[in-house]
Amino acid sequence: MPIVINSLEYQLPADPRVSLLDFIRDHTGLPGTKKGCDHGQCGACTVILDGVRINSCLTLAVMHDNCDVITIEGIGSAEQPSALQQAFVKHDGFQCGYCTPGQICSATAMLAEIAEGWPSDATQDIGTRPSLSDEEIRERMSGNLCRCGAYPNIVAAIREVADAGQ
Amino acid sequence: MTAHMKHDQPDERNVLDHMAQGIIGKSLDRPEGLLKVSGTATYAAEYVIDGCLEGVIVTSTCARGKVTSIDKQSVMSMPGVVDVINEPRMIARPAQGTANEAPEHKVGEIHYWGQPVALVVAETIEQARDAAKNLVIEYAPALAEFNPEDVVPEPQPDGTNEGDLNQAMEGADQCVDLTFTTEGHASAAMEPHAAIAQWDGKMLTVHASLQMLNYNIAELADALKLKQSQIRLISRYVGGGFGSKLGISEEVVAASVAAMVLDRPVRVVMSRQQVFQTIMRRSETRQRVRLSAKADGTFTGIGHEAVVSNLPGEEFAEPVTQSTDFLYAGDNRIMQIAVARIHRMTAGSVRAPGEAVGMPALEAAIDELAEKLGIDPIELRLRNLPDKHPVEGTPYSSRKLAECLTQGAKSFGWKKGKRTPRSRREGEWWIGTGVASAARVHNVGEAKARVTLRDDGTALVETDMTDIGTGTYAILGQIAGEMLGLNPDAVDVQLGDTKHPRGPGSGGSWGAASIGSAVFLACEAIRKELAGRAKVKAEKLTLKDGQIGTGKFSLPLTELIGGKSISVIGHYEPGAVEKNFVASGYGAFFAEVAVNHWTGETRVRRMTGAFGFGRVLNAKTARSQCIGGMVWCIGSALTEALHFDPNDGHLVNCDLAEYHVPVHRDIPDLDVIMVEERDPVASLIQAKGIGELGMCGGAGAIANAIYNACGARMHAFPMTPDKVLSAMPD
Ligand code: FES
Ligand code: FES
Repeated sequence: MPIVINSLEYQLPADPRVSLLDFIRDHTGLPGTKKGCDHGQCGACTVILDGVRINSCLTLAVMHDNCDVITIEGIGSAEQPSALQQAFVKHDGFQCGYCTPGQICSATAMLAEIAEGWPSDATQDIGTRPSLSDEEIRERMSGNLCRCGAYPNIVAAIREVADAGQ
Repeated sequence: MTAHMKHDQPDERNVLDHMAQGIIGKSLDRPEGLLKVSGTATYAAEYVIDGCLEGVIVTSTCARGKVTSIDKQSVMSMPGVVDVINEPRMIARPAQGTANEAPEHKVGEIHYWGQPVALVVAETIEQARDAAKNLVIEYAPALAEFNPEDVVPEPQPDGTNEGDLNQAMEGADQCVDLTFTTEGHASAAMEPHAAIAQWDGKMLTVHASLQMLNYNIAELADALKLKQSQIRLISRYVGGGFGSKLGISEEVVAASVAAMVLDRPVRVVMSRQQVFQTIMRRSETRQRVRLSAKADGTFTGIGHEAVVSNLPGEEFAEPVTQSTDFLYAGDNRIMQIAVARIHRMTAGSVRAPGEAVGMPALEAAIDELAEKLGIDPIELRLRNLPDKHPVEGTPYSSRKLAECLTQGAKSFGWKKGKRTPRSRREGEWWIGTGVASAARVHNVGEAKARVTLRDDGTALVETDMTDIGTGTYAILGQIAGEMLGLNPDAVDVQLGDTKHPRGPGSGGSWGAASIGSAVFLACEAIRKELAGRAKVKAEKLTLKDGQIGTGKFSLPLTELIGGKSISVIGHYEPGAVEKNFVASGYGAFFAEVAVNHWTGETRVRRMTGAFGFGRVLNAKTARSQCIGGMVWCIGSALTEALHFDPNDGHLVNCDLAEYHVPVHRDIPDLDVIMVEERDPVASLIQAKGIGELGMCGGAGAIANAIYNACGARMHAFPMTPDKVLSAMPD
């Protein structure tokens, strides 16, 4: 069975050692997903797999036949950027840009998680719906490192889109 | 045509302020922003090249000794393996920033744990990685010193010793004599070092992740014994540098050698662990800070002595005392750095070498002195700003330190008066505030850029200068746009390719000032040419929105260009002003922290940074540089430390799980104030560097805030919970 990435089908690799990240970057012509550590420590490789954000370096491509993957290229393009991509540009939510696709994929899925009521470490009362506080955003984005230190601007970008969507 | 200027005189014309377009300094989006957010900006490892092989570096498992054998046959029969390469052209250490030549050290002679010894090349990355793990290498290990405390450090030749500091300390109304330690730091840029090399028999093309192509091309040519004209380096997008990509490193040369040996393109990407193990570290430091003062707070003496470390044979010594040299008054002065020769990976530039660790120690010492004197710490600093360089008597170029301290204090809500630790508690948390000055020497480098005003009325800027996240694409578009009366989207900026004129490279915060001056010079010459064509004086020219006005008439720029595009190379050269003035960026940090009484955990609750760095070229990207620096302050104050095994010298925390860079939740909203300034000495565009200033002292403000919060006075960075707990009074 193939794997579906951004609505296109790809045949899985013959070599079972190929990580999902390397498959996306090197076998599909979609280098937007980044490799910062290859060990699940930085979030640069975040993609959305069957609706859930994952570190694509921590899983093998062959485990995902018939799965549906959305990468940064599937979220929007330079010509037709998503609201979050536009907000990142407006708030300068990046500098070098290397962590950025991961931040945006992560934030896209994160907003859906909050909407569904998933609690986090920052949630005051897990019996109630989590709020969209800056602290919630920061906690939930903490798996996405940014060495350039664009954090306050990333939060501002996410905040703007979250507020607009409410 | 070339427009050349050597910066021998201060440029007080402030030409950019008299232009008509009105975009300089504005908070504009980065022109490459949409590419970055859509994942279509192409970084070094991402160029698709037919038939490209994959190389994996193999590193040493001892810290000193010799490679006695590499058993190629142990892997040659593995699937896909093409070759194992270990030859003398490869390099064993990264080149230091602006080295301009290859490091000499040989690959087979081991000087640090994790030193590259060979490259395994295979058809796929999986095959190469597997083979690299299986390659059998034998070593003859030798004894080595790993710990700076175990060796006698060598004093550096260029210290300061003025007056008699010992006597000043004895005669002082108040003084402090403190020893601080800071741990090693890693740049940890998010993009691991990577290179793809292609060799066609005559010409080598390398896509790499590098900060300073103008030097890197010479370094690579030297390593490979090629002419520079046989090499083209391309680094259009660099996923962060922070010093780690100043000089060429092992993967660039390994990929190039392999491509030349095998006649096929080869890609080499370092693993995160290899980046930690083989690329530059910032040295740990041990610093003695002495301050002596009269009762009114006037400094009579200032001493700053540091022991840092590096490998044998490395010239670089973390310049810890660099800004202490000129920042505060005091007739009796000692500044001295000594280097302990040990076998850890190369020590080199990591964002703000020197001040990043020297300023926090100095500023924490001042806080202790202020407490002893009973003087507000801001007031104490303000009372000790000299009129000129305290030893050499050289004038300052432009210095906004006092403004930064006072404006920052106002914005932060700094409370003057007696400061008593443990004055405020919220539940388990002690709350406190701290302040520190920022200073970072200003540098410039020789720079060339070509600006072409094209037939269609748009402009093209070309230089091999890089944008490592700093905003070079944005600011060069704004400088050229301002000078030529064009919207930034009518200016195409092409960077990061050695086929263009040589820029200064990105490093030491000198990029914007240097290359900006080169673009400025080129544009000035173009304006002159336009004035000539319009038969008016250049000063009479108004260029705005693609229209040219002379006071007498106005017409579209394209008409005056009339099919004859104008192309000028601007050539900026540092000159006498460098010697005749002390130029530095200045600032002030204010932090409010919460320290947990039971766990010793510190949370930074808010932070203000006020900075003066000359002209702001783009308020948005400038602010980003500042907040990035402040994030690094928080990391170096609280969490970042390289840990080495004292027995075999290996780096224990060689990944992002164990080396703790700040994450989202560690960073509160950061308040940045950019104090209006024009520095006629710093550059022809009156701008100074900002990339490093934002992290030069802030860790000291956090340390001071921790003390004010909970009463724990510490002298060891980072201030992790274990240290806070043991220093906290009951
Ligand atoms: S590359 Fe996957 S988490 Fe870092
Ligand atoms: S933008 Fe450079 S690491 Fe986040």
